[in-house]
Amino acid sequence: MDKPFAITLNPGSSLANRTGSWRTFRPEYVDRLPPCNATCPAGENIQGWLFHAESGDYETAWRSLTENNPLPAIMGRVCYHPCEGACNRQHIDSAVGINSVERFLGDEAIKHGWQFAPAAAASGKRVLVIGSGPAGLSAAYHLTRRGHKAVIYEAAPLAGGMMRFGIPKYRLPREVLDAEIQRLLDFGVELQLRTKVTNVAEAMQDGFDAVFLGVGAHIAKRAYIPAGDASKVLDAVAVLRGMEGEAAPMLGRKVVVYGGGNTAIDVARTAKRLGAEEAIIVYRRTREKMPAHDFEVEDALQEGISIKWLSTIKEAGESDIMVEKMALDDKGFPQPTGEFERIEADSVVLALGQDTDLSLLENVPGLVVKDGMIEVDGDMMTGQPGVFAGGDMAGNERTVTVAVGHGKKAARAIDAWLRGEQCAPAAKNELATFERMNPWYYSDAPKTVRPVLDIIRRQSTFEEVLGGLDEGNALFEARRCMSCGNCFECDNCYGVCPDNAVIKLGPGKGFEFNLDYCKGCGICATECPCGAIRMVAEEN
Amino acid sequence: MNGLQTVKFYQTGTFTVGNRLLAPEERSVQANMQRTNSINSGHRACQGCGEALGARYAIDAAMNATDRQLIAANATGCLEVFSTPYPETSWQIPWIHSLFGNTAAVATGISAAIKVKRQKGQGGDVRVVAQGGDGGTTDIGFGCLSGMFERNDDVLYICYDNGGYMNTGVQRSSATPPAARTATTMPLGPEPGNPFGQGKFVPAIAMAHEIPYVATATVADLRDLEYKVAKAMGMRGARYIHILVPCPLGWGTASHDTIRMARLAKETGIFPVFEAEHGEVKSVLAIRRPLPVEEYLRPQKRYAHLFGKNPAVETIAHIQALADKNIRKYRLQARQEGH
Ligand SMILES: Cc1cc2nc3c(=O)[nH]c(=O)nc-3n(C[C@H](O)[C@H](O)[C@H](O)COP(=O)(O)OP(=O)(O)OC[C@H]3O[C@@H](n4cnc5c(N)ncnc54)[C@H](O)[C@@H]3O)c2cc1C
Ligand SMILES: Cc1ncc(C[n+]2csc(CCOP(=O)(O)OP(=O)(O)O)c2C)c(N)n1
Ligand code: SF4
Ligand code: SF4
Ligand SMILES: [Mg+2]
Repeated sequence: MDKPFAITLNPGSSLANRTGSWRTFRPEYVDRLPPCNATCPAGENIQGWLFHAESGDYETAWRSLTENNPLPAIMGRVCYHPCEGACNRQHIDSAVGINSVERFLGDEAIKHGWQFAPAAAASGKRVLVIGSGPAGLSAAYHLTRRGHKAVIYEAAPLAGGMMRFGIPKYRLPREVLDAEIQRLLDFGVELQLRTKVTNVAEAMQDGFDAVFLGVGAHIAKRAYIPAGDASKVLDAVAVLRGMEGEAAPMLGRKVVVYGGGNTAIDVARTAKRLGAEEAIIVYRRTREKMPAHDFEVEDALQEGISIKWLSTIKEAGESDIMVEKMALDDKGFPQPTGEFERIEADSVVLALGQDTDLSLLENVPGLVVKDGMIEVDGDMMTGQPGVFAGGDMAGNERTVTVAVGHGKKAARAIDAWLRGEQCAPAAKNELATFERMNPWYYSDAPKTVRPVLDIIRRQSTFEEVLGGLDEGNALFEARRCMSCGNCFECDNCYGVCPDNAVIKLGPGKGFEFNLDYCKGCGICATECPCGAIRMVAEEN
Repeated sequence: MNGLQTVKFYQTGTFTVGNRLLAPEERSVQANMQRTNSINSGHRACQGCGEALGARYAIDAAMNATDRQLIAANATGCLEVFSTPYPETSWQIPWIHSLFGNTAAVATGISAAIKVKRQKGQGGDVRVVAQGGDGGTTDIGFGCLSGMFERNDDVLYICYDNGGYMNTGVQRSSATPPAARTATTMPLGPEPGNPFGQGKFVPAIAMAHEIPYVATATVADLRDLEYKVAKAMGMRGARYIHILVPCPLGWGTASHDTIRMARLAKETGIFPVFEAEHGEVKSVLAIRRPLPVEEYLRPQKRYAHLFGKNPAVETIAHIQALADKNIRKYRLQARQEGH
């Protein structure tokens, strides 16, 4: 080549210089487990479905959500959302309103009539599911997805378990419950109502290969209270169940509810709505010790319900009850003080918890019952092979969400068991802790508040108390998610590399490192907002 | 306004390089798969070099704004040395190496030549950028620079300020901040490090020339930086952009902390980020999360002598006072963020 004066070499590109050889640390893309996902009892991939909701693709978001939980409209109303308690966004302003977005998606699905995608090819196996509460419905759904025929035997005339015969309408409108159950039936779940199973071993002989028990806990616990003949002492489960019948229960003008859980709160709020002038909750310990959630207590107080803390009922008469004041001892246990008080009461409703009726299991060998609950292993299988159980009958944490999680887990195990395999739990990714993120990049956005029904209507009607988000709000709320531990294609790594050593593969395809030139400075890992890059030491 | 456009709430808004929720044309130049990559891979800058990054940000933005009709003149310094060891180069644009001190004059010459050619009907509207380090700009190249400003030559001059003569082993420049240790301001004696009351802030001097456009930027605010470069390329006459580019070697910081250090410089008020037209400040990038200067100083080894067994409380307070003065002078106070 003809070169100008004093030039001896051809021009070259720096690409000849493989600066990757300088590296002592190598960046790697990782998926970390967001704390919301880690906490969800139903095992939802929250970050995953919010990702689709963020771009306004609500149907894909709903499909992603329902891979784990078939009841989002219900869950978006009654779930106690522990996910939000774990959400990393609380360290910036406040947790993402996961629950309200879930409800929005659930309601969208009902509005648009979205159905589940067809199930896997039929396996020819039949599984009996006893009980149509959330545990049974979830198990049946996940079994159907896997191609098995799930048949639910339900004792009651309507499906839903405690979601119908416990949780009041003002928190869970029945149209919502009906719509989500109907979708499951359309999907292929078979439901036989008014079919009480009294003997599991016998029922299995209807041609079933395995059984899932989700009978809940419906027998009200009793406390011994001396009561006159004319006194009216009822139990909470019966009162709430009565709400679904033809005539509402007769409670009178002054109603006393005994207990401190969410059932006590729901009964008192129901009594108020039925026209009681006074609804008083009597509870033996303090507000801090109440098993009911604080926001539930707050809702009840707002509606004019009064609560007598540190009190026990000594006896019940025709028109009043006797209450003894309690005091906490050094260990924090309530002890009687000998101080008494009479309170007017037309009726007393006991809300002291429920036990499970296990009589249907009498002929099943190998079962272990502890504290009134059936023992299950990590796969939700009881001591009898092929008999699985979940929900309220199999755990201390009694919520709809836990029941749904149990149903899913059991279905996965039943599927493996039917194929004669062991169910290997998927390895969990390391947690996407807040410390692993770079919060600088998220714009400020405080949580959206859901509308609440006005107080007069809350005291007199069974209309739903908590409203939903509209499309604009839901989109805003979804976009507050920081995508903890999972790449959301913000292009930061691609932009901040001083060495052009990040290759952008295009929308939806993510990125790759060009290790020929990456010097391992680690800026990409430090500046990744969501902590989806890890630096690992090079071998030598 | 500045580079942060007011948009609907988009999760990360315009803080990140890209954002899948924004329309492609609303994303940064750096997010684009077709960006010029003005300085290609294989350059010999240190791990985590802020100057290599800042130069790619700025020149890619300038290339984008001029439809790739751009020539750059480059003073001696790291940027030139690490990118172009003869006969190899990382530059993917027409690029010329000047001397250490005359890059503004070389750019003026190129600009004049283009003008003459165009008068003769030859060539198109090719734009000119001059670039250099803080030593090449605020010290040895200062005469040529002031001349270029004063004549209002049609050149955008970009200074990459890393606070010292880094290429020759971290010597002090007139842009080295007070109390910082360099090879020529050793941490000895009662007041080690660069003395207070010396040095200069060239953006203010550029403003005093009343040239059409003066701006400061950092590698921590990409959208702001790109906005300023694009705006400058949309104007004629002498323009000046001063970009803070942390240097892991000279500052004694971790290579992965380069952008973080620039962000801290801005958030503490140490480095005011603003733009000015014809000598008047037009907008500032407000502080988002106010922080004491200590947060900025502590991670840097060049300030290690302030944080020994007996912390130099007074010196730190002095630096804080300078930051506070910037905050007052340029009105950098945090404002409520909208969405
Ligand atoms: C008043 C009240 C309010 C609540 N509020 C909430 C709330 O807001 N959020 C929340 O997460 N949780 C709440 N819970 C708890 C939640 O409802 C339960 O944890 C959940 O329903 C348990 O689901 P499950 O499927 O195990 O049982 P269940 O929902 O109890 O369903 C069991 C089903 O099995 C049927 N069954 C029982 N025995 C037989 C048999 N022998 N043969 C055939 N069928 C049988 C029953 O009829 C029933 O339909 C509340 C509970 C109550 C009582
Ligand atoms: C006239 C002249 N004097 C000294 C040098 C040596 N020299 C080369 S680069 C450099 C320092 C450059 O400092 P700066 O401009 O701040 O750029 P940096 O390397 O820090 O990016 C010096 C002193 C030179 N090349 N020419
Ligand atoms: S910010 Fe999003 S991914 Fe992170 S914990 Fe909250 S909901 Fe989950
Ligand atoms: S010495 Fe500083 S400016 Fe020069 S290449 Fe290294 S990090 Fe970059
Ligand atoms: Mg320098």
